[in-house]
Amino acid sequence: MSVEAAVSSDPRSAEIAQALRGSGRRHGSERVIEILLGACAVLSVATTIGIIIVLFEQALQFFRTIPVSDFLFGTKWTALFKDGEFGVIPLVAGTLYIAALAMVIAIPLGLMAAIFLSEYASPRLRSVLKPGLELLAGIPTIVYGYFALTFITPNVLKSISPATAPYNVLAGAIAVGVMVLPMIASLSEDALRAVPRSLREAAYGLGATKLEVSTRVVTPAALSGIVSAVILAISRAVGETMIVALATGSKAQLTADPREPMQAMTGYIVQVLSGDVARGSTVYYSLFAVGLLLFCMTLAMNILSQWFVARFREEYQ
Amino acid sequence: MSTVLARPVVGTRPNVPDRSAHAASTDTPVIIDIQDLDVFYGDFHAVADVSFSVPRNRVTALIGPSGCGKSTVLRSINRMNDLIESARVEGEILYHGVNLNDRQVDPVEVRRRIGMVFQKANPFPKSIYDNVAWGVKINGLKVNVDEHVEKCLRQAALWDEVKDKLKDSGLALSGGQQQRLCIARALAINPDIILMDEPCSALDPISTLKIEDLMRQLVADYSIIIVTHNMQQAARVSDQTVFFSLNEKRQGVLVEASPTTELFTNPRDKRTEDYITGRFG
Amino acid sequence: MSAEATQPGSVPFLSTSRQLRHRQIRGQVMRLLFLAATSVGILALVVLLWTVLDRGVPWLSWHLITNMPSRKPAEAGLNSALWGTIWVISLTAIIAFPIGVGAAIFLEEYAPKTRWTKALQVNISNLAGVPSVVYGLLGLGVFVQFMNLGRVVLAGALTMALLSLPVIIISSQEAIRAVPLSLRQAAYGVGATRWQVVRHHVLPAAFPGILTGTILAVSRAIGETAPVLVVGASAYIAHRPAGFLDGYTVLPMQIYGWTQRSQDEFKNGLAPAGIIVLLAVLLLMNSFAIILRQRLSKRSQL
Repeated sequence: MSVEAAVSSDPRSAEIAQALRGSGRRHGSERVIEILLGACAVLSVATTIGIIIVLFEQALQFFRTIPVSDFLFGTKWTALFKDGEFGVIPLVAGTLYIAALAMVIAIPLGLMAAIFLSEYASPRLRSVLKPGLELLAGIPTIVYGYFALTFITPNVLKSISPATAPYNVLAGAIAVGVMVLPMIASLSEDALRAVPRSLREAAYGLGATKLEVSTRVVTPAALSGIVSAVILAISRAVGETMIVALATGSKAQLTADPREPMQAMTGYIVQVLSGDVARGSTVYYSLFAVGLLLFCMTLAMNILSQWFVARFREEYQ
Repeated sequence: MSTVLARPVVGTRPNVPDRSAHAASTDTPVIIDIQDLDVFYGDFHAVADVSFSVPRNRVTALIGPSGCGKSTVLRSINRMNDLIESARVEGEILYHGVNLNDRQVDPVEVRRRIGMVFQKANPFPKSIYDNVAWGVKINGLKVNVDEHVEKCLRQAALWDEVKDKLKDSGLALSGGQQQRLCIARALAINPDIILMDEPCSALDPISTLKIEDLMRQLVADYSIIIVTHNMQQAARVSDQTVFFSLNEKRQGVLVEASPTTELFTNPRDKRTEDYITGRFG
Repeated sequence: MSAEATQPGSVPFLSTSRQLRHRQIRGQVMRLLFLAATSVGILALVVLLWTVLDRGVPWLSWHLITNMPSRKPAEAGLNSALWGTIWVISLTAIIAFPIGVGAAIFLEEYAPKTRWTKALQVNISNLAGVPSVVYGLLGLGVFVQFMNLGRVVLAGALTMALLSLPVIIISSQEAIRAVPLSLRQAAYGVGATRWQVVRHHVLPAAFPGILTGTILAVSRAIGETAPVLVVGASAYIAHRPAGFLDGYTVLPMQIYGWTQRSQDEFKNGLAPAGIIVLLAVLLLMNSFAIILRQRLSKRSQL
């Protein structure tokens, strides 16, 4: 039976064929909506471009006065003084020192918390502890900063070591460590839970204890996720502003003693903008140079963490 | 589960009811003519070179072992494969002289005229009334909505069971009722053709038989194409049966398309014979 | 089982009861250690809250909320900061919510899965990890200076909106993705266009998750100090904003200002009191988000 015969016997065919082919009726408004929604998504690209342009362009103004090599390799930062020097190494050192000490607290505690929540805790205990940790993550950083400045330094550190300065690295680092602890715990726990049951069961089947299974089987299997979590936490610690601004001081110096003050990159930005700064001055532009460096550091770490997961993720099948 | 009825004793054939008055003959007009249909998922050639015609106001059953492309072919007819990123459909699906597979043809218009009922009943999380009425509303059909909803629910043999609770959620119904609601929903937009993708596979035998009876009533006004893995069902319900299988390259191919009675009593292809007598599949 | 087999040490591959006890003790010790590690965080939380409450509660009063900042501790209050926060955050939400949800809809329902959309997705994830102070610098450069808005509410809100966008987009995407495919197929099956499917089925189903995600993102913005500081919220504003182009301060800014004062009443009385107010606001918003999500989820089980 041919189609042609069917078509001619049905008077509606022509009209139907017409409707099927050219229905511009609905297309117009659908297209407009799609474009509007796409514009929203593209705005995110605009944001990134905006960040890059602003930072680069203003930093460029800075580098007209101060050579890049002086900035990157100089070891004296006396920006707010007359004829100040702009060697950024003390700021970077401050940032990294704080981050490193914070990690000394956050990594072991966070990882152990993750193992506990994932492998040991009963669902009831988990339902109490996990929200508790999440609460910790939700506290604004200014509260942590206040805590570091007015409690950790005078009440804790000074009683252990009276030589502790009122502004010091350690107080800030402890506060930052506690702040990123839930982040490491939560992300690592996700990674641990993603390890399939069958792997655990295989290990138990060989007579391993819970401790051995958790630490020697599950944790290594989840390692890429854990490392990625740690890198993200470091990035967060590096970008942290209010805690270091409040607690670690504004003295940009190089020292190994964590009881001394040091200034972080973010702390410098706050210090400058807390006072009056003339637009167009070298100090003003230095904000963006430091900001650019900060942006590059955190971006590199974020990309590294994504790459790490993609590259080293265990294939469980 | 309707699979209870699925597998006959090896060596016997399913019983086919006498429907000679209704048999798909060469005089029956054709509503869909599929020619040289190929479907690709990415690089994988899933369905190869399928051609058959669908008679009007009849039930056509697509049968075959799982994975041989029956659902894929069905979904090509109402352009549902457009929703899958990697899917590519080539060939012609002729309907009223138009190739539905043509890129210029609007899939939304196609689906307005060719309705679908899915394997697992998926009523909207709305009231029973709104489930049926929504399609009417968005397509701007000029009907009295209340009357139309009643009519469709009656056609789906569901009206008596829900007429007092139209405002209740569609999800509160039993599995069989939900599926009939989905049928009513499909009928609401006045399609020509109704596609059914294993509509009874998730239902108990009683609900299954209710829906099969429904199908025989609906053919007076609609053309129905049903995919089923249950041969008994195909034999009971359809006027024409199309048998699919996998070739050596693991592609879905059409083996045989015949009036149901012929296919089950006197199949032309040995593969068909093997399948319907249960030697494989 | 013969008598010999049950003697410890006689069957070669079973540990002695002493070895077994060692392993068990070690296991228990480690379990306690893990529990302790988890508790350290909670302990820190408790100490922190206790300190803040201990010092701040004596300074809580209605005057704290109704007074403007002042040089005299007894008269200082948060009124301008609270109003400033309301102005800035409301505007932030109005800007960021539609754009964020729109972007999420586009990425989940409309965009084909090409290299470009994947790059877009990666871009959004990276933006979520950019330090908030950098967003502040962006705001300073673009809104305050380039667009010459100055240190006004609008500049602050635009900056905070950009900061919140990636978070809103990501959580909205998750909510949309959670809507089952079968629902979409059913809607397409009756001849609906893409927007009709999104508007009448996908969005209503995803709405609880989208709303919760937005409220959480906005409540985080309330507690952010760095970007508003950079963009020019001042710690010395003593009036509520008269409009979107007026100067302003926000709650965390005011708290920061008070911690910088030398007088002990500010540093150890008003500042922690301000923190209590801030935490109370956040608690309120988060509870609201949780309750809203439960009520909406229940309704959509219809």
